[in-house]
Amino acid sequence: MTLSYSSIEFVVNRERCQVSVPPMKRLLDVLREDLGLTGTKEGCGEGECGSCSVRVDGELVNSCMIPVLQAQGAHIETVEGLSKSGELHPLQKAFLACGGAQCGICTPGMLMAATHLLAQNPTPSITEIREGLAGNLCRCTGFVRIFDSVIASIAQSHAGPGRKSHAG
Amino acid sequence: MSTSAKTRIVGSSVPRKEGVDKLTGRARYVDDMHLEGMWHGVTVRSAIARGLIRSITFNPGIDWSEFTVVTAADIPGKNHIQLIFSDQPCLAADQVNHCEEAIVLLAHPNRQRLREAIAAVHIEYDPLPPVFTIEESERQDPIVWGADNLFKSFLLEKGNVDDAWAGAAHVIEGEYRTGAQEHLYIENNGVIGEYSEAEGVTVWGSLQCPYYVHKSLMAVFGLPEDKVRVIQTETGGAFGGKEDFPSVIGSHAALLARKAGRPVKMIYDRLEDLAATPKRHPSRIRHRTAVDASGKLLAMDIDLATDGGAYSTLSSTVLSRATLHACGPYYCPNVRVRSRSWATNTVPYGAFRGFGAPQATFAIERHIDEIAAALAMDPVELRRRNFLRDGMTTATQQVMRESVILEELLDRALRESDYYGRKKRFALENPNNAIRRGMGIAAFFHGSGFTGSGERYLNSLAGIDVTPEKEVRVLVSSTEFGQGTNTILTQIAAEALGLDAAHVVMAPPDTRVVPNSGPTVASRTAMVVGKLIERASLQLLRRLREQARLGGEFDSDEFFSACERLRSSCGDVVSLCRYEAPPDIFWDDQKYQGEAYPAFAWSVQIAQVAVDTLTYAAQVEEFWSVQEAGRVLNPVLAGGQIEGGIAQGIGYALYEKVQWQDGHMRNNQMTNYIMPTAEDVPPIHVYFEEIPFRHGGFGAKGIGELPHDGPAPAVLNAIRDATGVSFHAIPLLPEDMLGKLAVPAPAEEPATV
Repeated sequence: MTLSYSSIEFVVNRERCQVSVPPMKRLLDVLREDLGLTGTKEGCGEGECGSCSVRVDGELVNSCMIPVLQAQGAHIETVEGLSKSGELHPLQKAFLACGGAQCGICTPGMLMAATHLLAQNPTPSITEIREGLAGNLCRCTGFVRIFDSVIASIAQSHAGPGRKSHAG
Repeated sequence: MSTSAKTRIVGSSVPRKEGVDKLTGRARYVDDMHLEGMWHGVTVRSAIARGLIRSITFNPGIDWSEFTVVTAADIPGKNHIQLIFSDQPCLAADQVNHCEEAIVLLAHPNRQRLREAIAAVHIEYDPLPPVFTIEESERQDPIVWGADNLFKSFLLEKGNVDDAWAGAAHVIEGEYRTGAQEHLYIENNGVIGEYSEAEGVTVWGSLQCPYYVHKSLMAVFGLPEDKVRVIQTETGGAFGGKEDFPSVIGSHAALLARKAGRPVKMIYDRLEDLAATPKRHPSRIRHRTAVDASGKLLAMDIDLATDGGAYSTLSSTVLSRATLHACGPYYCPNVRVRSRSWATNTVPYGAFRGFGAPQATFAIERHIDEIAAALAMDPVELRRRNFLRDGMTTATQQVMRESVILEELLDRALRESDYYGRKKRFALENPNNAIRRGMGIAAFFHGSGFTGSGERYLNSLAGIDVTPEKEVRVLVSSTEFGQGTNTILTQIAAEALGLDAAHVVMAPPDTRVVPNSGPTVASRTAMVVGKLIERASLQLLRRLREQARLGGEFDSDEFFSACERLRSSCGDVVSLCRYEAPPDIFWDDQKYQGEAYPAFAWSVQIAQVAVDTLTYAAQVEEFWSVQEAGRVLNPVLAGGQIEGGIAQGIGYALYEKVQWQDGHMRNNQMTNYIMPTAEDVPPIHVYFEEIPFRHGGFGAKGIGELPHDGPAPAVLNAIRDATGVSFHAIPLLPEDMLGKLAVPAPAEEPATV
């Protein structure tokens, strides 16, 4: 079987990239295999789990569902682009403080979904947070501390969970 | 209640040790790894549930010389997966016993070509009649495993059940069923295998128990210990699903690597992972209970059956835990539990968070509400009257030596949830409303650590060393897969050594580097392994004081200087400790009598559930969980364990249904196997009471499995409270409620809620 290759250009995390790949190759695989950006994860391969979430021209997409040819000329944001100059993004800080990440496999996608949510709506209600993250599955946390993390990042308070934890 | 000793680091929410790597995308999961010259591997699987393999043919349209092909004939050692028994073949040779059983392995540099190649391998079978249910297996015709289809049975007896019925005011019977459940870790099973004559076998992978895989690889390859190496990569969720199965996929990748002469990566996609890997054991549990007029338990006769699937894997130990949790946290003078695990022709069922206890707890906690209904008693009061208390004995005659505070947990759960206030409100609101609300409760315990004499047999070894680079390393094969192993074990070492948490790191989870601290299962890491790390740390401090002039008060520079003095006089600075059973633990494996577990964690959970009588949708609206699991080592991580377990337990109750068709999982996609999403999980309120357990790491008991035990009965009890209808089986989806809600439609438009 012969595969024809196309040259495709786009911007990933503020850097211009050019790849020569089969045009129907999934954006997910191009990011992981051709660009070495393995932070973006595959969970289901059918757009259900959201682990492969990235932003393309400001839209949140499942990169397992996008043939790379659709990304021609696009601006793509992945988890690797969140922290700048070694400084964690406020969401990353909040996830660390609040316990928003456990096994970590859904985390890159969840962070991208949360980034997207806050870009659209900087002060979401808890209902809006639930809706905004409903396309991203997490099997570890029960989502509770992910919500806490998003709320804490909004409050710019990284001292602890926004919700009281009860001990003793 | 006793108070905790003052600690600096233990008990504080130190951030997750590997957290920054996970949050920045730097953490390396197995699919993120690439080795030079590596090929991809895939599996050709059985299309039928049971039959003889007549022939395997390779379609000549494919150039097979490009591929590496492995069958059972290529196995250099034993063709079995070494676990408790060795009945499961590594690759089916003559017969298949379940759909999706592995028969042929293929490797090639190009993944696309492998898809075509799988379709070009034709396997012909002489089908044999399969069995798919507990009932079919019980008939013992056909026999599909051993002499009688029976993997394991237990008989647990206390007092005299048969004499108790005559004197009972009431005898209540019930049958309860639970379904299969998928772990649905978001990272599918995956490994990389490598082989060379000089080094032997190396496997990297997503796994819980490096030494389980190590043992299995030794058998499959016929190699000595030092020629097998297993390295855990960052693991994206496990929940028991990566306890036994990595031995299978790990052997497969290594067999391909040996024949291909190059590393081979095997990563399952979601379809394959769901169809071919283990799930939670389905169960059928029958209770017959005698009570007196006041609701006191007089006798419990329990018949417990699990579906074990095609091979024994861990079914015997899952059955053991189910048996030991079957009576719930109650005192009863007369008990009989007969339990059996049956073979069927489905993918073998395996370990899953709770390990038999969620099934047993569903049955007893639903049954307690049925007893209460039969007696027209408050289910809260019925529980209170029968709770185990200090000094009482369990069904195995284990005396409750540690303090039992179930009543305090219950009272706090009632108070925090305003249980009676809400029940009163719902009683007023429900009659005129299409949406009916109810409150449900579950009280339960979970044994920490291996059952009975298990920890003695494991004989775990763990400890710490100090590197010349001034790092204390925790040496354990206990792995991190989200629960917080890395963080709590480094907290324990730092606390005991008087250092900062930043001074302590985890040694790589590599069998060439770390000793066998036992498998990462059974809620044992914080309690058992944590205690070993605490002891090893104190042991090192003693040596530094006695042999390297470490003072009574010291800072980290003085500590590491003393370590260098010890190194120059004694060589490596390493301190290991072996498991020592608490002195008063005795267990009789034959009679199933004695200390079933060194400690129990206890919990009371309450669910508020709304049932829409028009759509049959049940929604958990709010959830409260109060527990005592010894000392809480890290409140953020501990809270996360409870919340995550509850979400998974709600999924078990209301969402997650494995659908079967001729032995195949029919809904092997995330599109149609549904887990709770961010919009489904209710607000969860978590409260800890703490009674430090002296034989656990800084007082900890097990926590990871406990929260999954209670949600299913709490939710179904709430549905009973809301609708007056008892459901006896999970998962309970709208289609299962259809036609069974004897709720008259409201006369007018439903009130807005």
